[in-house]
Amino acid sequence: MKKKYTGGRIFTALTYVFLYAPIIVLIVFSFNSTKSRTIWSGFTLNWYKELFNDNLIMSSLQTTLTVSVIASVVAAVIGTFAAIGFYNMKKKWRGPLLTVNNIPVINADIITGVSLALLFISAGAALGFQLGFTTLLIAHISFDVPYIILSVMPKLYQLDRNLFEAAQDLGCTWFQTVYKVIIPEILPGIINGLLIAFTMSVDDFVISYFTAGSSVQTLSMTIYAMTRRRISPEINAISTLLFAVVLILLVIVNMRESRQHKVEIKKEKMLKGLV
Amino acid sequence: MKKTIPVIICAVMLLGLFAGCGGSSKTPNGVVNVYNWGEYIDTNLIAQFESETGIKVNYKTFESNEQMYSVLKQGGVSYDVIIPSDYMISRLISEDMLAAIDFNNVPNYSLIDDSLKNEAYDPDNLYSVPYMWGTTGIIYDPAIVGEVDSWEALFDEKNSGNILMFDNSRDAMGIALKYLGYSINTTDETELNKAYELLKAQKPLLQGYVMDQIFDKLESGEAAIGPYYAGDYLTMHQDNPNLKFCIPKEGSIVFVDAMCVLKDAQNKANAEAFINFMSGTEQSMANAEFIGYTSPNKEVKDLIDVDDFTKAIMYPDVATLANCEAYINLPQETLDYYDSMWVKLKS
Repeated sequence: MKKKYTGGRIFTALTYVFLYAPIIVLIVFSFNSTKSRTIWSGFTLNWYKELFNDNLIMSSLQTTLTVSVIASVVAAVIGTFAAIGFYNMKKKWRGPLLTVNNIPVINADIITGVSLALLFISAGAALGFQLGFTTLLIAHISFDVPYIILSVMPKLYQLDRNLFEAAQDLGCTWFQTVYKVIIPEILPGIINGLLIAFTMSVDDFVISYFTAGSSVQTLSMTIYAMTRRRISPEINAISTLLFAVVLILLVIVNMRESRQHKVEIKKEKMLKGLV
Repeated sequence: MKKTIPVIICAVMLLGLFAGCGGSSKTPNGVVNVYNWGEYIDTNLIAQFESETGIKVNYKTFESNEQMYSVLKQGGVSYDVIIPSDYMISRLISEDMLAAIDFNNVPNYSLIDDSLKNEAYDPDNLYSVPYMWGTTGIIYDPAIVGEVDSWEALFDEKNSGNILMFDNSRDAMGIALKYLGYSINTTDETELNKAYELLKAQKPLLQGYVMDQIFDKLESGEAAIGPYYAGDYLTMHQDNPNLKFCIPKEGSIVFVDAMCVLKDAQNKANAEAFINFMSGTEQSMANAEFIGYTSPNKEVKDLIDVDDFTKAIMYPDVATLANCEAYINLPQETLDYYDSMWVKLKS
């Protein structure tokens, strides 16, 4: 028995090595003192310094963060209301509509990107606008919304239907019920969705590439364009920083989820005790 | 009616959000949209241009001429200045996509080296102002492959397993054509076929087809010989001083990346101001030092603070240069031939 156990451990360890070895190499070489990607020639923080002095990388990072923050917040508003709408729908309609909601999540990015670009270009030709920050933002909002809905829906299912009626019995208007009763109950779902949407936005290359137009460029686009010449270790440096940020966000999401889980178990126990 | 108020507030906030994004910050003298290769500018120059002229620069980057071309063709975008390579410029000219530059607005054009004017891709010098140029040559480690002065070394069996080759059809074919003594712009099918046969015979000797992986392979000694750009050789030489560079005796390829204004540019005057600024001596110096390629500005040659070794690589002598050719655009059937040949070769 014990032997099997160590075998499993080795397998797990190998899986993690396989997943994280490239990232570790990337992080290590962000501290390399020359541009080489194969020879270690000494420790330096120069690439981090140069990174912060590189206007182009910094301005595209700014674009990425602005778009991701605005898109995930707007998507959170839209997605939450959409989820509440779905929740109150008849089952006959809810099923198919939720499936439609899943399509953008499963669909290849390139199809979403090309189709959005075609839509924006033809609408732009008719209405006289060009691809730019606004189209980029709209594209990001549109692929962020499904993630919010997906993470808010389960919270709504957990909601006690009686709460809604109780609030209205006690004199809440419809809007008061939503923001005093429903929103606080599903808030953990909204925040988790927000964080996922944010990381998806930061991550995205393909959809941004097709919809950004001639005046803005996200970080991933800037990195891609560097591949003609040797990619500078500044990219390792910024990837390291982004990896750290995403890692921290994921840890926060997971910690929140497990804490919520514990709270729920406690609640259930308390309710059982009461009965 | 009370409940509508919060809804209105939400709506207004959302609208404000969009309005805030739509109207990007207004600058007194408008904007210029620039589309350049990645890592191909000293980014301090952009800030300097903005503060000197009050023109905001929207700077975007691409990774290949073909990618840039497809973005322009896709529509919905509006660039003013683009910086493609020679053969792409001739293609854009033939498709009537470039605007003739008003050289009265580009006085620094007089600083451009005359030998780079009237190149085959823009014979009357109406559409382009050179930005950077350089040559292609062989980079090799003499301890392993011996001294090299001919393209032959890339096709020699004794170097088998140590050779790298360009991973793009135009440069790979260009080298084969040069080695055979033909023009790199030939459309003659027998000549093209001969070059293809040569590449096919070379394939088993290769370690691989590479682009920027060549830096690591040659620096670490994993491979010993391969063709690449002179400016990039200087970078490799810093990490591995054993490496040498030669422009083969059969002649080689010279490339020019030049600034052009698009026909549908909305800020043509600003575009010309940008081109003029970038052609200035001080700016060309900063750019040449950052990129490591050769600046077309003739004053830079005397002023640039590099050692003789670097200078000799940056500025090959006139006789060598006369032996070099620049790419021009090829007719569609030849391009199709390149595509099918390249697919066959690599599969």
